[in-house]
Amino acid sequence: MDWKIRRFGQGLFTVWAVVSLTFFITRMMPGNPVDAFVAQIGPELENPQEAYELAETYMNINPEAPLHVAYRDYMISMVQGDLGRSMSQNAEVTELMAEAVPWTLFVMSWAIAISFVVGISLGAIMAYWEGSTFDTAVTGYATTVTSIPFYVLALLLLMVFGYQLGWFPTGGRQPSGVEAGFNLPFMLGMIHHAALPVFSMLVASGAASLTMRGNSVRILGEDYLRVARLRGLADRTIAVRYVARNAILPMYTGLMIAIGTMFGGAVVLEEIYTYRGMGYYMIQAVRMRDYPLMMGAFTVITIAVVIALLIADLTYGKIDPRAGGENREAF
Amino acid sequence: MKPSEDPSDDATDPRAGASIDEFVPDRPDDATDGAADSATAVRSDGGTVDADSPFETTASVAETRTDRVDRFFEEYIRTPWSILRTDWRALAAFAILGTYILIATVGVYLIEPTESAHGPQLLGVFETWEFPLGTTSSGKDVLALAVHSTPSILVMMASGAVFTVVIGSFFGVVAGYKGGMVDTVLSTITDVFINIPGLPLVIVLAMLLEEWINNPVALGVLLAVAAWAGLARSIRSQVLTIRSESFIEAARAMDLPTRWILLREIIPHLLPYIVVNMMNAARRVIFAAVALYFLGVLPFSDANWGVMLNNAYNAGALYRTSAIHWLLVPMIAITGIAIGLILLAQSLDQVFNPRIRARHQDLGDDDQIEPDSETDTKDMMNV
Repeated sequence: MDWKIRRFGQGLFTVWAVVSLTFFITRMMPGNPVDAFVAQIGPELENPQEAYELAETYMNINPEAPLHVAYRDYMISMVQGDLGRSMSQNAEVTELMAEAVPWTLFVMSWAIAISFVVGISLGAIMAYWEGSTFDTAVTGYATTVTSIPFYVLALLLLMVFGYQLGWFPTGGRQPSGVEAGFNLPFMLGMIHHAALPVFSMLVASGAASLTMRGNSVRILGEDYLRVARLRGLADRTIAVRYVARNAILPMYTGLMIAIGTMFGGAVVLEEIYTYRGMGYYMIQAVRMRDYPLMMGAFTVITIAVVIALLIADLTYGKIDPRAGGENREAF
Repeated sequence: MKPSEDPSDDATDPRAGASIDEFVPDRPDDATDGAADSATAVRSDGGTVDADSPFETTASVAETRTDRVDRFFEEYIRTPWSILRTDWRALAAFAILGTYILIATVGVYLIEPTESAHGPQLLGVFETWEFPLGTTSSGKDVLALAVHSTPSILVMMASGAVFTVVIGSFFGVVAGYKGGMVDTVLSTITDVFINIPGLPLVIVLAMLLEEWINNPVALGVLLAVAAWAGLARSIRSQVLTIRSESFIEAARAMDLPTRWILLREIIPHLLPYIVVNMMNAARRVIFAAVALYFLGVLPFSDANWGVMLNNAYNAGALYRTSAIHWLLVPMIAITGIAIGLILLAQSLDQVFNPRIRARHQDLGDDDQIEPDSETDTKDMMNV
């Protein structure tokens, strides 16, 4: 219990650190957005002073205020959920993001779930039939797949299944001409549009399957497994509780890092499929030099990853009773 | 162990350090011999320490310079080479990476840089000898574009990988070994960076630091900013398991400085892990760099696989069959170098595997270590 509270506090700290980092980037870094904004807007206005006020409306940072005041105001508006105002879309960043976040979460959670399940199952089967033709073939496949960047696969899938065969839509996130809501055609259309982006992320399963295979093979040789067989435990129990569990545990850190990487990859993926999620807006913002939207999208993506990792970490305690409670001497 | 280090024959060897006492006359007033004499003195428990005390034995044969050089070659050149020579993955990896390096060094002189209207527009693959990989919609030679991107990509890859590994190892080793407050601080920083998704962070930084990111080395370093944290965390957990091993405890008991323990005891122990991870870091750096160029968020001046992808994508290569080669060539280039890096990582894993090493090492006849079957070595690899 104590450990969960600490982990939660750590998540909050991370969010605070990231928001502070965005403040630092927006206000203090060389070539920072506030200065760029003032330089961009200032000359076009009759009264150049207005640029500072506009900077505050768009980015929540008044360039003329002392640093600590600006930081306090920035943090207050962040806590209130105010991410500033987008210049190119002419809308509140928070509204744009609120509308985009569910779509990205939809695609990414399916992508993460499917690639992990596929990777872990393949790895387990390979370990079970170690040395067989299947094992060799899948090892080769996994090595090849790991060397393909997901965006290359995305482009290939789009080219073959989107343009050449026409089985899947080539862009967008929802079917046109169907009323949005909980009706079957709309849901099917959503899945239809998300299918290619989700499968592009399958490249992540290659690395997972190789690690899983290695861990499982090592555990299959352990003595306690022989004892378990001698005790006459069911094969199912041995496979799930003895082998799978112990093989997945060491992969946990890797899987968590993969979550962050995949959410980051949404930026490229959504751009390729013109899927209007967080990443799509972020790239549009970069293209249009729309700093408030760019920083807002960055903040929201990061918070999404923090929450995903928090959930992953808290559930980790469920499968590994040793989690938490580290107490080591310091040298 | 080399024969020169064998401790068993020092009792019979007249040059053994301990037996020199017999030739030295007793001079109790001599301060320098006082220490040696006290060894034969009556101990407090009534016994005497005999001349063969293990604490006073020195090597029977002095290790000469040639021995040292020989051992160095055995350890770092001959054994790895012997392992790699028999491993098809290593040979394939060397062939692939060697080709890329050859292209980056020699190829750029053999193939002239291309410019717009160099040839006909959108020529297909293998249609003329002048443009074997076809041309782009503005008549540029695709082969020349691909070849001239290689040097900057390789430099970027190297700088990114080295920087990732240096920062990651530093944070991981120091946090894992020191523990306590240092660990808390360093681990917190690591955790924050793990939580920040890499690509968006790099995009934001690249956009703000546009003026500084004008050479491949700087871009490699920038990409490493988003990549080191995962490595730091896994190295930290590795250090946690070896920090309580007896050889580390012994070093600490001898009051060796922390820097020595970290650099001479822990890092060499983790070297296999670090080297294998360096290959993986190199792969990720290339993927991220090409992604950024593909998105068009990085300023570019010269040819680049990512820029080629971007131009081909914007020219509609996805649905124009006549432009497909323009898209496929950079894709194959990226995937090829990544396969080379993975195969190299897998085979380096074999080099560091102590069981495989033992089989290839020149050990003398008696101490052959039971060799391990080849098949389960690839489980050690970590992609």
